[in-house]
Amino acid sequence: MTTDSSTELGMPALRTGTELVPTLADGAPPATAKDYTSDQEVRWCPGCGDYAVLKAVQSFLPDLGLRRENIVFVSGIGCSSRFPYYLDTYGMHSIHGRAPAIATGLATAREDLSVWVVTGDGDALSIGGNHLIHALRRNVNMTILLFNNRIYGLTKGQYSPTSEAGKITKSTPMGSLDHPFNPVSLALGAEASFVARTIDSDRKHLTSVLSAAAAHRGTSLVEIYQNCPIFNDGAFDAIKGRDTAADALIPLVHGRPIRFGADGAKGLVRDHETGGVRVVEVGRDGVTDDDVLVHDAHAADPSTAFAISRLTDSGYLNRSPIGIFRQVERATYDDQARAQVSAAGHAAAGEPADRLAALVGGGDTWTVV
Amino acid sequence: MAARHDRESATTKVGHVSKQVQQLDRVVIRFAGDSGDGMQLTGDRFTQESAVFGNDLVTLPNFPAEIRAPQGTLPGVSSFQVHFADHDILTAGDAPDVLVAMNPAALKANLGDLPKGATVIVDSHDFTARNLAKAGYEANPLDSLGEPDDVLAGLAVHPVDLTGMTVAAVKEFGLSRKDASRAKNMFALGLLSWMYGRPTEPTEAFLAKRFSKVPDIRDANLTAFKAGWAFGETTETFAVRYEVKPAPMGPGTYRNITGNLALAYGLVAGSVRSGLPLFLGSYPITPASDILHELSKHKAFGVTTFQAEDEIAGIGAAIGASFGGALGVTTTSGPGIALKSESIGLAVMTELPLVVIDVQRGGPSTGLPTKTEQSDLLQAMFGRNGEAPVPIVAPQSPGDCFAAAVEAARIAVTYRTPVMLLSDGYLANGSEPWRVPDVSPDSADLPTIDPDFATETNHGEGEDAEFWPYLRDETTLARPWAVPGTPGLEHRIGGLEKGEGHGNISYDPANHDLMVRTRQAKVDRIADSLPPLEVDDPSGSARVLAIGWGSTYGPIGAACRRVRKAGHEVAQVHLRHLNPFPRDLGEVLARYDRVLVPEMNLGQLSMLLRARYLVDAVGYNQVRGLPLKAAELAEALAALITETQQTEESRP
Repeated sequence: MTTDSSTELGMPALRTGTELVPTLADGAPPATAKDYTSDQEVRWCPGCGDYAVLKAVQSFLPDLGLRRENIVFVSGIGCSSRFPYYLDTYGMHSIHGRAPAIATGLATAREDLSVWVVTGDGDALSIGGNHLIHALRRNVNMTILLFNNRIYGLTKGQYSPTSEAGKITKSTPMGSLDHPFNPVSLALGAEASFVARTIDSDRKHLTSVLSAAAAHRGTSLVEIYQNCPIFNDGAFDAIKGRDTAADALIPLVHGRPIRFGADGAKGLVRDHETGGVRVVEVGRDGVTDDDVLVHDAHAADPSTAFAISRLTDSGYLNRSPIGIFRQVERATYDDQARAQVSAAGHAAAGEPADRLAALVGGGDTWTVV
Repeated sequence: MAARHDRESATTKVGHVSKQVQQLDRVVIRFAGDSGDGMQLTGDRFTQESAVFGNDLVTLPNFPAEIRAPQGTLPGVSSFQVHFADHDILTAGDAPDVLVAMNPAALKANLGDLPKGATVIVDSHDFTARNLAKAGYEANPLDSLGEPDDVLAGLAVHPVDLTGMTVAAVKEFGLSRKDASRAKNMFALGLLSWMYGRPTEPTEAFLAKRFSKVPDIRDANLTAFKAGWAFGETTETFAVRYEVKPAPMGPGTYRNITGNLALAYGLVAGSVRSGLPLFLGSYPITPASDILHELSKHKAFGVTTFQAEDEIAGIGAAIGASFGGALGVTTTSGPGIALKSESIGLAVMTELPLVVIDVQRGGPSTGLPTKTEQSDLLQAMFGRNGEAPVPIVAPQSPGDCFAAAVEAARIAVTYRTPVMLLSDGYLANGSEPWRVPDVSPDSADLPTIDPDFATETNHGEGEDAEFWPYLRDETTLARPWAVPGTPGLEHRIGGLEKGEGHGNISYDPANHDLMVRTRQAKVDRIADSLPPLEVDDPSGSARVLAIGWGSTYGPIGAACRRVRKAGHEVAQVHLRHLNPFPRDLGEVLARYDRVLVPEMNLGQLSMLLRARYLVDAVGYNQVRGLPLKAAELAEALAALITETQQTEESRP
């Protein structure tokens, strides 16, 4: 990281996502989830996974210790995008797919804000796919919560870009023909500096991932598996089921061997034939504890993270890794943009109005008296 | 260097050929060559020289969309026309008096525009069999000058070996033949500068700066430029020098400026004036990109330029920055506006300040990227879903782009609304002398732009005190602008319909009706802040009015002058504000028997005037990718005036 361009720009090294955001005054009473709850009635369907995420976020935000007026939620269109209305922060419920672009402008213009984007699989990966990948490569300081229910809910049940191929929906009575995106693979391919996945129903895991995402300086992409009880109920049953979850969920913890299954009987090892990773039963076929891959979220090379992301089923979900796939330090677009503006400003002498006069009166001029 | 001194003194010695000096009141010169011949630079330098000399001038660059079309072909021809005069002029001229053609294609492509008696200077070196064939000439037209089959008959043609003389002049610098011949445009510039008595210092200073890092190229260009001048002085080919005296202009400091540059400066001025940092979100597109380039140089003013992944992200980021308290701006051309439409609607709904610049070009679709047109007026006016009124302003000349940009910023910030500014390709790249405005804080040249951020709750008292983001100013109907970071004013805005006042989502039918009407009323009220129209009707008794908007100001004004010179009466009005229209427009229109609306579209302003004022507007419409021609327009005006008189006489 010594060749980081932030160093070249003479910027202070910024390590956390909220470093420039004003915090509550010393001695001020800590904020509560209630402080972050707006007076608007929540209007999601009963049983929607969005409720759990909202509760988790409302409970988690006070932990940041930030001034509430310096937090902004920007969303696009879709069920999840109603999120900002239910939080008593600044917020914008924008248009379909464009939230990352709007948040980019906001985060670049204002270093003192904690900027959050709430989006869904259709909003982020279909109509707004371009903005998502470009936000990730630029590494603008913001956290993107991608609610993935693998269906279009607000338009009443068409298949989405994360729906399994062959899905029967209103618009695909003979089965959908699209091969789905794997959001984590996509984000890793788009040069993301922070990529994680969590589940609406696991409050503890969700909160820990949100915490890490907020702390990361740069664009944090958090995919949240979220159940739509109306149009895609049961999409995540395998990873939530009491009997199946242990074999279905592959928890990723930085610095720890990647083990899962009942009693950690399974693990990931490098697959030297494909260059990827594969699932093994530890203790069988000569596989020892030492062979199990130790998760390195900070690896500069995203190849292993990508290989792990490929373990997610593209069809019906039977198995998926969760946790932080990748978290690396990289100069952010907004810090560097502000540094350029600030460097140019420091290099210029005089009042803006005088400099403006010099600007408009520059070039080859002549005077008529 | 010594060698050059020798040659200079040598040319002085032979430079005693006495030259006749002829006075002219105005001249139109067109430099034409291959896209790679540097004609835009040549024209631009000649323009700067003329500007510094004190002539009034108007320019018309005209170039292909291809960066390098096949060399020597007709589609690859690039030209730059400059009209300069000893008096106030309004257009780049209908037809060139002088054509400089660097190759056969440039001659052929421009021949049709030349009036009888025009002067043509051609680089005879480039009239090779190959180049002639590429241009579609079966025989070299220079070989039959004065013969019965002379295709250039009626023109004063001067074949000059520009390339050959350039290569010879710069020999001492040891450049390749190709590099040496590239300085031929400077030779041509030197020759024309001599011919019209232009000052040479600005070009010499320019070349020294531009090529400071490549001394060989710098010296070659300077030498070619001086050699061209010396050639004019010594040759017998040109017996006459021309003099076009400076034009009288009001007191002030002047500079020559293009529309895109003036527009960029206007945006910076709007930012300084309002105290808001400027945030530009933009995606490159012809002919608007130069505004992005220019603004990216002005970070010292707190300007942030964001080159977005697409047009939608450009405006999206600008809206985000506006939400954060910046002066959000996006710049594009017609196709980009089409992509931004939904986002403009979001800015209408969220009532955030935003300046949207549309440098119009020929359409539809990709259309004519490098040519001018005014065909986005109705797109600007109506090109969104729902009732989504957007104020529209339009500059009338390159220099006026500055004031129009400041005005757009004023309206956007004062009324919390997206504002559309309609420039066009002609204004963007064309230039004119511009009186540098006073931009000091107490200047009367610039309006006050007050962001007036909300800092306090505005509804209820004590414990119940709340911030209502849609509680409006009674005069302007503008909503309060509370930026993130302001404690106690946390609120949510978005694209869904707002409840009056509190701004929460509302699906109530009566509320929607009220909000639609209120958004329209807010835009309509902008008219309260506009000055009365300036009606140019010298006699006060004209029966016909010519009304236009945007870059047609020059041709319409020039046509009116011609018509008046011919003894007719005509009035002229030019609209800065297209939405809302000025309060007195209906009354002004009603004063005239006939109204002619010249436009570079098929009648878009005509349609608006007809719809709004029930006026029987007559359109004068051309969409040729070029400015209207004053002479043709004058004929149409004169015909309408005559018709109006005859109708009057035929009444019982």
